[in-house]
Amino acid sequence: MTAIPKPSTFLAPWAGFHPGAWQTQVDVRGFIQANVTPYLGDAGFLSGPTTRTQKLWEKLSELLKIEREKGVLDVSADRASGIVAHDAGYIDREAEIIVGLQTDAPLKRAIMPNGGLRMVEVGLAAYGYKIDPAIKQAWTKYRKSHNQGVFDVYNNEALAARKSGIITGLPDAYGRGRIIGDYRRVALYGVDFLRAERQKLFKELDGAVFDDKTIRLREELSEQFRALGELREMASKYGYDISRPAANAREAVQWTYFGYLAAIKEQNGAAMSVGRISSFLDIYFERDLKAGLLTEAQAQEMFDDLVIKLRIVRFLRTPEYDQLFSGDPTWVTESIGGMSEDGRTLVTKSSFRVLQTLFNLGPAPEPNLTVLWSTRLPEGFKDFCAEVSIRTSAIQYENDDAMRPYWGDDYGIACCVSAMRIGKQMQFFGARANLAKALLYAINGGVDEKSGQVVAPGFEPIASDVLAWDEVTAKFDAMLDWLAKTYVSALNSIHYMHDKYAYERIEMALHDRDILRTMACGIAGLSVAADSLSAIRHAKVKVIRNAAGLAVDYAIEGEYPAYGNNDDRVDEIAVGLAETFMKKIAAQPYFYRDAMPTQSVLTITSNVVYGKKTGSTPDGRRAGEPFAPGANPMNGRDVKGFVAAGASVAKLPYACALDGISWTASATPDALGRLPAERRNNLVACLDAFAAASGHHVNVNVFNRETLVEAMEHPELYPQLTIRVSGYAVNFVKLSKEQQLDVISRTFHASM
Amino acid sequence: MSLIELPRSPVRAPPSLSRWQRIDPDPVGYLHSVETGAAADGPGVRFVYFLSGCPFRCLYCHNPDTWKLASGRSLTLDEAVAEIRPYVGFLRRAGGVTISGGDPLVQSEFVGRLLTRLHDDLRLHTALDTQGYLGRKVSDTWLDPLDLVLLDIKHADPQAHRRITGRPLQPTLDFAERLVRLGKEIWIRYVLVPGLTDAREDLERLAALLAPLSSSITRLDVLPYHRMGVPKWSDLGRPYQLANVTPPTPQAVADAVAILAAHGLPAC
Repeated sequence: MTAIPKPSTFLAPWAGFHPGAWQTQVDVRGFIQANVTPYLGDAGFLSGPTTRTQKLWEKLSELLKIEREKGVLDVSADRASGIVAHDAGYIDREAEIIVGLQTDAPLKRAIMPNGGLRMVEVGLAAYGYKIDPAIKQAWTKYRKSHNQGVFDVYNNEALAARKSGIITGLPDAYGRGRIIGDYRRVALYGVDFLRAERQKLFKELDGAVFDDKTIRLREELSEQFRALGELREMASKYGYDISRPAANAREAVQWTYFGYLAAIKEQNGAAMSVGRISSFLDIYFERDLKAGLLTEAQAQEMFDDLVIKLRIVRFLRTPEYDQLFSGDPTWVTESIGGMSEDGRTLVTKSSFRVLQTLFNLGPAPEPNLTVLWSTRLPEGFKDFCAEVSIRTSAIQYENDDAMRPYWGDDYGIACCVSAMRIGKQMQFFGARANLAKALLYAINGGVDEKSGQVVAPGFEPIASDVLAWDEVTAKFDAMLDWLAKTYVSALNSIHYMHDKYAYERIEMALHDRDILRTMACGIAGLSVAADSLSAIRHAKVKVIRNAAGLAVDYAIEGEYPAYGNNDDRVDEIAVGLAETFMKKIAAQPYFYRDAMPTQSVLTITSNVVYGKKTGSTPDGRRAGEPFAPGANPMNGRDVKGFVAAGASVAKLPYACALDGISWTASATPDALGRLPAERRNNLVACLDAFAAASGHHVNVNVFNRETLVEAMEHPELYPQLTIRVSGYAVNFVKLSKEQQLDVISRTFHASM
Repeated sequence: MSLIELPRSPVRAPPSLSRWQRIDPDPVGYLHSVETGAAADGPGVRFVYFLSGCPFRCLYCHNPDTWKLASGRSLTLDEAVAEIRPYVGFLRRAGGVTISGGDPLVQSEFVGRLLTRLHDDLRLHTALDTQGYLGRKVSDTWLDPLDLVLLDIKHADPQAHRRITGRPLQPTLDFAERLVRLGKEIWIRYVLVPGLTDAREDLERLAALLAPLSSSITRLDVLPYHRMGVPKWSDLGRPYQLANVTPPTPQAVADAVAILAAHGLPAC
């Protein structure tokens, strides 16, 4: 590491802040705790969009329209992206308050071959671009990508499981994402302070035993130090010197965004979340507002401008990827509100401002605005959230009361539902295993019901014509052991290689040296598996076999209680499944880098692909039919309404799914009440009840089915129609036809 | 077996024989379905019992599958109370319970007992959603455990009323008068059906009809006709006579509300 100059005095940028230990060491939470101004009022203070904001958004809307038509607007195919790979880019240089684009033009996508050259090639080809021969040569002849590393070590079972779809969405060909750099550090401390800190950490290890761990750590610290230097250089291209701390609100927004921008220039992660920045930034806004340096309209304008930038984060992805994660999501998740451990709320005026962008700019899926809900949130904020949900369907709620005991009061959500302490924790994203298919493997002795190939070797099929509970569950149990082992082996391989070939330098530079890593496994098909077992237990399920003797269909005699009706006879099966699979994951002998195993009950939009890859199941679901998303009950089987369905979902214990449990609920406006105030109050009451019942996550959609049908027919009239799917939001018109139909057919609670 | 623990709740015991030995046997009701989170059937979020059985055959009925008593599943009073029990804490804060149908007065004995349990034992806000035609079946004391009546008036003109429902209007009015006399809070529900109930004179007549009841009416819901129930008619093999009627526009609903509000009625 090269020496850097000693940081200059920081007194001026921090003038007016309550002092504390945060001034001598990196401690953003300490800064927030000492300086935050909770806001207990209502939305009355908010400002609408300025003419400048409207014009800028209109200009961008034109480009977005072209992008929608073409799929991608443009690609910077001539170079591998990096923090300083591109010159400064603008939407409208004169009009922008907050600046910075991923490449040199808006919506022009970068390529990031460190994740995998194949992904780049396929992505380019899909939109009519050719790969630069020099890039191809570099990543074939001279260096290796993450993707190649993983496939060098996979075993046959991992390959077979991946192919059959019993494990899907593994980040082995693209960036794993789900790492949140503490971008606030850039604003609070400036880059020089952070570089000096990295340097100090590096030097502390000079005398250590140089074992694998130390050597790796030293190399990483060097990379981080270098990346911070590039971050400073990137900002200077826009005319900013971010070596010092931000001195006012506008700089705080700009510095924070620069930190984030560096990350999205370098990493095409599955989810590139921004963290928990609004209440942090609020401290700067409060200081400037008090000093008369800023009006509310100007404060709102800065948030609007920041959000415009966050709306146009783009990555070049393959059609195959889009099938899994539909609608071009980037998961720029921002976590809003929540409570402090000392009982104060962390809701600030800026919590309102960031939600207000959905009115000022119209609804949009990104940033993925996530309210950390507590039953103790201020009433004025609860009401505003409900109103935003009812009018935009663009926000999601996660239970702060459930997460705070685990993660404290400065965690953020990565991607959809994954909580992590900001700057102190990251996850090894693990996509998900298909429990419904695992049940079919248990019945067919490890033979795939669609291909007829052996995927899980060494298992005997069930021979009887009627499925018996004891036999099925015994075989299922053994199959889940195989699945957990195969799955964790694959994840260890992936994350070893990702660290080696596509290390997140800038994101990790904005973390503490020693962090908690989680190995974030996941399950799909929970409701299908639970209902199947319920059918086997409470009704009579006959097996229908094909000529080859493979069970390919099932006939159910009698009725069975279905998950989603608050009926313990089946809900306890679902709970048992989630707990059992978590135990089997945790029982694996090794997790890369001492990661703590966790799991999620989340599918994102892959519930459609999972369904496609899974044969008929004993619950009566037909082959190919979509699964329910996340932890949702199966479509149409929750017949007692929203409250009963939520009660079923809330029974899944967060303790066995610390990476999150996702529920997507859709209601028509009329189902929430007849008058606007009633709708708001009723939605707040339901959100409180779900949180009080320990439900973890809920997407709230409020619209009429007819609107969706019409948007399918006339997409051009609904460019901004936003809906929540599992854990993120999408422009409805960007979903594939299949997925649009899936959303439309899903239970609309005609009552709540 | 380590995989999935069997449900811990005990297998439901068979109905106890002693039930039949009681002088006052546990009445049996017929339930079409429940809705755990309804928000347009009384104040706040409501648990709704949809009971089967209805004396009306409204042309625009959206639940024709509730007409026949036997189309519901039978359940005892205890079982009916058990349905709502998991939600009681929530409902006390967020709303209450509504008994709807069909028309719940068809099963007035069962409903009376259920209301007592819900109101007196579970301390829930109670509402009854009825068109009141069978109001004469119930005594004044029957109405004691009731906080609110959602009274459906299908039309203010007796002839039109009979044409729409197949039954006379007068019993509904008699019931309404009794509710006023007893000081019960009433929400009137009026379905706005283009060509059937939405003429200005229909609305003026409704306003005149409601004027003497207005001391008890705290709300008048003008509900736009919708077609969500149409498939149920064909499922039941019944011809749907309003095949050509489309839902009223938001403006038409707003106009109707304005006409009624002009008479001092709390229309919305």
